[in-house]
Amino acid sequence: MTDTYLNLVNTGFTKTLAQRLGLPRPAVLRRHRPGDPLVTGPVLVVHDAGSQAEADALAEQLLGWDLDVHRHGNRDDRFGAILVVLTGAQAPADLGAPLLTTGGVLRGLAPGGRVVTVSRAPGDAAPAVAAARQGIDGVLRSLAKELRRGATGNGIVLGDGVEIDAPSVAGTLRFLLSGRSAFVDGQLLTIGSGAGELPADWERPLEGQVAVVTGAARGIGAEIARTLARDGATVVAVDVPAAGDALAAVANEVHGSALQLDVTREDAAERITEHVRSRHGQLDLVIHNAGILRDKLLANMKPETWDPVLAVNVTAPLRITQALLDGDQLGTAPRVVCLASTSGIAGNRGQTNYAASKAGVIGMVRASASALEGAGGTINAVAPGFIETDMTARIPFATREVARRLNSLQQGGQPRDVAEAIAFLVSPQAGGVNGQVLRVCGQNMVGQ
Amino acid sequence: MAAARTPGSQTSSGPTPGSTGAGGDGSSPRRAVVVGGNRIPFARSGGPYVRASNQDMLTAALDGLVARFGLAGERVGEVAAGAVLKHSKDFNLARESVLGSALSPETPAYDVQQACATGMETVVGLTNKIRLGQIESGIAGGVDSTSDAPIVVSDALRTILLDLSRAKTPQQKLKAVSRIRPGHLAPSAPTTGEPRTGLSMGEHQALTTAAMGITREAQDELAAASHHRLAAAYDDGFFDDLLTPYRGLTRDANLRADTSVEKLAKLKPVFGKHLETPATMTAGNSTPLSDGASTVLLASDAWAAERGLPVLATVVDVEAGAVDFAHGRDGLLMAGAHAVPRLLARNGLSLQDFDYYEIHEAFAATVLCNLAIWESEEYCRERLGLDGALGSIDRSKLNVHGSSLAAGHPFAATGGRIVATLAKQLTAKGPGSRGLISVCAAGGQAVVAILEAA
Repeated sequence: MTDTYLNLVNTGFTKTLAQRLGLPRPAVLRRHRPGDPLVTGPVLVVHDAGSQAEADALAEQLLGWDLDVHRHGNRDDRFGAILVVLTGAQAPADLGAPLLTTGGVLRGLAPGGRVVTVSRAPGDAAPAVAAARQGIDGVLRSLAKELRRGATGNGIVLGDGVEIDAPSVAGTLRFLLSGRSAFVDGQLLTIGSGAGELPADWERPLEGQVAVVTGAARGIGAEIARTLARDGATVVAVDVPAAGDALAAVANEVHGSALQLDVTREDAAERITEHVRSRHGQLDLVIHNAGILRDKLLANMKPETWDPVLAVNVTAPLRITQALLDGDQLGTAPRVVCLASTSGIAGNRGQTNYAASKAGVIGMVRASASALEGAGGTINAVAPGFIETDMTARIPFATREVARRLNSLQQGGQPRDVAEAIAFLVSPQAGGVNGQVLRVCGQNMVGQ
Repeated sequence: MAAARTPGSQTSSGPTPGSTGAGGDGSSPRRAVVVGGNRIPFARSGGPYVRASNQDMLTAALDGLVARFGLAGERVGEVAAGAVLKHSKDFNLARESVLGSALSPETPAYDVQQACATGMETVVGLTNKIRLGQIESGIAGGVDSTSDAPIVVSDALRTILLDLSRAKTPQQKLKAVSRIRPGHLAPSAPTTGEPRTGLSMGEHQALTTAAMGITREAQDELAAASHHRLAAAYDDGFFDDLLTPYRGLTRDANLRADTSVEKLAKLKPVFGKHLETPATMTAGNSTPLSDGASTVLLASDAWAAERGLPVLATVVDVEAGAVDFAHGRDGLLMAGAHAVPRLLARNGLSLQDFDYYEIHEAFAATVLCNLAIWESEEYCRERLGLDGALGSIDRSKLNVHGSSLAAGHPFAATGGRIVATLAKQLTAKGPGSRGLISVCAAGGQAVVAILEAA
């Protein structure tokens, strides 16, 4: 739905008025359109003293993408993005120099600009090293809250033994720099392995892949179908038979096919497999997007409001994923993405059932990572925050206005923002990202 | 003159018998298969589709089919569809619906009209083209709206208006206009009346019902079974891949899962009230006027295999029939009973050689009269020219997922509904299983067909 306030503070007389009054001014976010430049200006690469080699490698990667890369910045420079490489930090004191350099050019960051940190996971490192690495977490999350005009700050965290030239480092970096990550803010994504590969065509990384998207008839699911198809995937759109007409429209729009199926059916995996294998020979990408809400205070909760929410939101993804794995029905580099929710992370009054299911999804994803890795693939979750959908449009006006502004970008996200994150996680370049929860929430104030 | 013909002579001079075997034997044409189907739920007249045109509904049914089989942007060999109640502006209904659908605009289409057998006849035409190798794929369809029925001006007014359009001088124009009388202005809505007898279809069936001695109880039992079976099929998810919701409707609006013989027995008769025998036909055991559309995807084996699409059933053979109802020789809706023995003979089958029977429930009595005819030694000998009765069928194999009494009957859409439903049943039943379809139509006609699991 339309965010009227956002439109008012960005156009005409009301824009001037909002400026004069010092009202919060959510920016129109830079969202990816095929053919758009990756960033809107030169990229500054800064690093701590111990990260020279890794900063060089990443700068080389950026040059390979035809970007204008700077290694030094001045207060008057205008940058499209700042890459802060901190992989070599050995003690908290090492962070000062590169971050103060970053701070010096921050005011010149272009609208829709990007700050991306690259660091290593604290893991079992020595206390001082771990303190430095964990410190970056705090820096990044605070820095992101400081950014304005649609700029975002996110971090790439290299897991134990992961090299800087791992495909998913470049893949994640490109995602975070691009307009595809418009509503991803204040997040740190861990690259767990060197798996994955860079796509031949960055505009169509999913070429030749076959995707199943559940709950695809409307809202976020429909947008996932569109985005995966745009990126080259053949989409099988799944939704309950009662939503069949909207589902058919989506399937036809993306030149995919429609499968009317209640995912809670015992034979759901079998039906999906039958549809996909006979027509396409393989199933590469599974997006468990189907979800329902039955909000009630726990004090008023009944089985009929509790059970279906758990059945659709978590039991169905569990059962279908397990059946696909057991039946050896997935392609050679499968990707599974589940929809979690910030409610599952931070909790939400009236949503014990929903939060149980969405937190459950996070547990499922973490626990399934090794099984998917064994199958050559990955499983991850995306946790949307406040997204402008038919569902959130039904929230009362005042509550909705507050919910929308409660994040660093001061606005709700669009369904396509969630879809972009999913398209990234299922891409070949995200092969090293496994068992993670990626929030698409504009850095919502709640939870981590 | 025509009465001198015997079915036997027709059989011997008829076309080459179709093979009931699964594959072509080299000498006969290749087979045409049913890949699947899609329809929108059928609504009652004046219900949720009251503002939907035939073109709207047919387009929706096509789009659902295209989505199910991933055909967006594809050029299908040909689309054949039709409607019984048709506006003159809809002369190219099938083609216009294709242009509004997700199919490639390079998909050709043509209209068919054979009263309630329209849907069946579209399947016949396209499967023949596929068997001959003229097309690799086709979509057969049918649609009807009794809510958005064409209303035309009276013939007298039409004559005057046409004269007016030809008039050149003001005097001629004035003269033409002056012929208009208030009575001319009453619009003519379409009816189910037979032009040659003036009787409605229900009254015709009532004559046959009375002549065959079909009881009210038997009709109500058949109607109740139709509702119960259709409801069970919905509950089992049988229609999940045969139907796409439309305008808020997810099931056939006419379906009454909770009906019973007792409830149906309370309804007052509506047809046959002026006959000597007690009237037995009610709104409960007759189909209501309905709105809806259906489609069936037909193809060669190669076309389906190329796309990894399922192959549900083969359209083995078909036969059209017609009876001399105008002179009262046979019942208006009994042509199926006449066509079936010819179809059986040509294919070397007996009436009992089928796993399923789909006899369109125009009225419960229509089905029961058909069965009674086949069980009648006398009728089969005298009217059908057979050696004896065709015999009875196992009623548990008849209309197993319900039929028109429960689903409704948008005239041209019924054939597609039945073909897709039966094809799916046959696949479930397994290889070699066989089904018989009979759909009666106005004008004393019928189209019957044999389908076999592919």
